[in-house]
Amino acid sequence: MSVTTLPSRGIAVRQPGWIARLLDYKPFLIVMCLAPAIGLLTVFLTYPLGLGVWLAFTDTTIGRRGIYIGLENFQYLWTDPLWWGAVFYSVFYTAIATFGKFALGFWLALLLNNHFPLKSLLRAIVLLPWIVPTVLSALAFWWIYDPQFSIISYLLVEVLGVRSTNIDFLGTPWPARFSLIAANIWRGIPFVAISLLAGLQTISPSLYEAAMLDGASAWQRFRYITFPMMMPILAIVMTFSIIFTFTDFQLVYAITRGGPVNSTHLLATLAFQRGIAGGELGEGAAIAVSMIPFLVFATLFSYFGLARRKWQQGEAND
Amino acid sequence: MTDVAASPGNTNVASATPDTMAWDSRARRVMMIYLPLACFVLILLFPFYWMAITSFKPNAELLNYKEHNPFWISSPTLAHIKHLLFNTAYPTWLKTTMFVAIGSTFLSLFASTLAAYAIERLRFRGSPYVGLGIYLAYLVPPSILFIPLATVIVQFGLFDSPMALILVYPTFLVPFCTWLLIGYFKSIPYELEECALVDGATRLQILRRITLPLAVPGLISAGIFSFTLSWNEFIYALAFIQSGANKTVPVAILTELVTGDVYQWGALMAGSLLGSLPVALFYSLFVDYYVSSLTGAVKE
Repeated sequence: MSVTTLPSRGIAVRQPGWIARLLDYKPFLIVMCLAPAIGLLTVFLTYPLGLGVWLAFTDTTIGRRGIYIGLENFQYLWTDPLWWGAVFYSVFYTAIATFGKFALGFWLALLLNNHFPLKSLLRAIVLLPWIVPTVLSALAFWWIYDPQFSIISYLLVEVLGVRSTNIDFLGTPWPARFSLIAANIWRGIPFVAISLLAGLQTISPSLYEAAMLDGASAWQRFRYITFPMMMPILAIVMTFSIIFTFTDFQLVYAITRGGPVNSTHLLATLAFQRGIAGGELGEGAAIAVSMIPFLVFATLFSYFGLARRKWQQGEAND
Repeated sequence: MTDVAASPGNTNVASATPDTMAWDSRARRVMMIYLPLACFVLILLFPFYWMAITSFKPNAELLNYKEHNPFWISSPTLAHIKHLLFNTAYPTWLKTTMFVAIGSTFLSLFASTLAAYAIERLRFRGSPYVGLGIYLAYLVPPSILFIPLATVIVQFGLFDSPMALILVYPTFLVPFCTWLLIGYFKSIPYELEECALVDGATRLQILRRITLPLAVPGLISAGIFSFTLSWNEFIYALAFIQSGANKTVPVAILTELVTGDVYQWGALMAGSLLGSLPVALFYSLFVDYYVSSLTGAVKE
């Protein structure tokens, strides 16, 4: 290969070997460059995705090749109260956690967009919950939610005297559900805040100046400048957030494992419990596949968010 | 994306102007900005503080709030960390996790650099569609894939082997890195490559001598991001690894250290703290790369 770069004394020297010529042949080069990425993604992503859909229509268990059984898995799930419970909690969890993350994250982004000392340090600190392994921070939350030694209960009972008994965070269904949502919001705020902060920084200050000359109040400036200008990035970040909140697994698995009495199962944890722990691969795959319609819905949401951006800014300015 | 890296200058201009016009009084500024910010920081950091303080507390203090102030340690101890390092397989787990994270980071950097170069610089018919396809792969969450992937892993004879994780993690790392690097390659002037072509360099020489050195910040961003994501990954590691020695830190702490009804909170929190330290350390060294890659990937 280095032959070609040598300052050639005569034309005779410039005779690259067939390997060098092949490596400079564009179609071959394209195929070669794309092969590792496409290969990995095909073998470990596309193929399993198809296989997962196929498994959902079979009665495969661990160690036994299943046979095609049509919609039986789905019919069974349709009558399974646990599956309905998981669907309900997945939607509820996603809705409340996404709302919380975006309300608080947007607020934090607006706060960070101000000018104050130690700004970059603060921005670095804020991202920490997102950097640290989720399971490990989930363990910290588990300890914070301990029935006997919860620090929150201690604060409320001993220090503030608001309550007389400890809160049973994870022992009963509804408190457990909200405790998990709180942990999820805690973990999601940094991502939302930092992404939205990047969007806020692209808004031209001249817009605000113009609005203030026209006598717009702070709320009006937010409502008619900040918010519409943030729509495109908001739509993208929200799609990501919805997809990964809906398919969340780690937090619930680490803190409650779906309990108490299966009240906090998300579809992903239920799929794991049935598919891997219980060995019913076919049924687990069916539960996983039943998440797809929700995800498609979320992706379409993003698509229309993007379409709106084109309409606002003109086709050329993408 | 590159504008994020260069943004501090812009930021001040963008935010300072509304400031001076709208926020007149100092008290109001404290109430509206500093107080909420302090609350946010307090809440976002508290679990880490709690994690850290628990790992150095002796058991007697840990479970007795009446006589000891729970927010402070009166007699700090290294017993939990000692127990973790010498009585459990924690060092092995750390080594496995490090091996898996580094292996999958290099594999995905290799694959996505080539792919990004092909898509952005070799430009062929349909290259935008390949890029879009890779982007869509990012939207497929691991929770859907882990059951069929487990059967694939078994078919390949990789079950219970860290190699399985090294091969599987690129499924979520490659899409991310490819998009990040496409953005970086876009910012490198094409004229540089044309000059090299005119001088008789081959495509691969151009990639190695010109494009890659200029894309180093992008490679660092992609690399540290991949490392963090693979270090933190949980569901695949939980589903594909069975034997205690091959587990990664997050899985091992949850499955090996949580035993019986009495939780060893001190050891658990010490394990979490130690398991978080490598990424936290990495993070503190490369904060700006993190922020730019996070926001860059979202903007793309």
